[in-house]
Amino acid sequence: MADQPQKPGRERPLSPHLTIYRWQVTMLASITHRVTGMALAVGALVLAWWLVSVSNGPEGYDSFMAVAITPIGLLILFGFAWSLSFHLLNGIRHLAWDLGYGFNKTTATQTGSLVYILSLAAALDIFAFVWTGHAGYLQ
Amino acid sequence: MSSLQTPLHKVQGLGASHSGTGHFWRQRITAVALVPLGLWFGFAMLGLAGTNEVAVLSFLARPWNALLMAAFAVILLYHMVLGLQDIVDDYVHTAGMKVFLRLAILAGAIATGATSLFALIRIAAST
Repeated sequence: MADQPQKPGRERPLSPHLTIYRWQVTMLASITHRVTGMALAVGALVLAWWLVSVSNGPEGYDSFMAVAITPIGLLILFGFAWSLSFHLLNGIRHLAWDLGYGFNKTTATQTGSLVYILSLAAALDIFAFVWTGHAGYLQ
Repeated sequence: MSSLQTPLHKVQGLGASHSGTGHFWRQRITAVALVPLGLWFGFAMLGLAGTNEVAVLSFLARPWNALLMAAFAVILLYHMVLGLQDIVDDYVHTAGMKVFLRLAILAGAIATGATSLFALIRIAAST
């Protein structure tokens, strides 16, 4: 193997990249799936933190809740609620594709938009439920 | 048609990656399991939001809830390892960094899983 690769005489053509493609729902959903997946990896850490806090008794629970109910804490929790909703719904979309359904161009675009709408509605509903006092039914 | 593959390579069916479709398949299996578990988790979190420490403790101390939460945490972390590995494979191009991140992800997942399970056992034992 040559250490010095031969200098090309002229710029070689490159395959199109993100900055060149026109933005479409399907590509945005694909990127969002990956980003929400990474967010949920952080969510797994927070879940472990919550479980440890609860296992530490009342002080532990209070220490977690003190962070969770700050504006930033609530924003992050909303982010997790939406990420989980999106990743779960879009995951079902992916599983349908794996079975050979919904690969049609218009169908894929429509289900992509639907996942955005439903996941946002789910996350907003979750917070609306809590805000209006309809959550907490497991008391 | 003649093939450049050796007969052994062909029957093993592992392809150029030497791991075949194992990663892909485990990712789908865990994804399917996480659909009902994720819905249960959402139901549980919504049900516990706005309650107090006693409600959360007694919920998590019940055997079925503890079992479902343990399954959710473990399968979630397994799915996370597979997904993060995909991302590393796509964007990290140096072999050393690839190996380091792969081990770091695995170690992080095992530590998080062990911590979560220990906390669940502690909660179950405390009530």
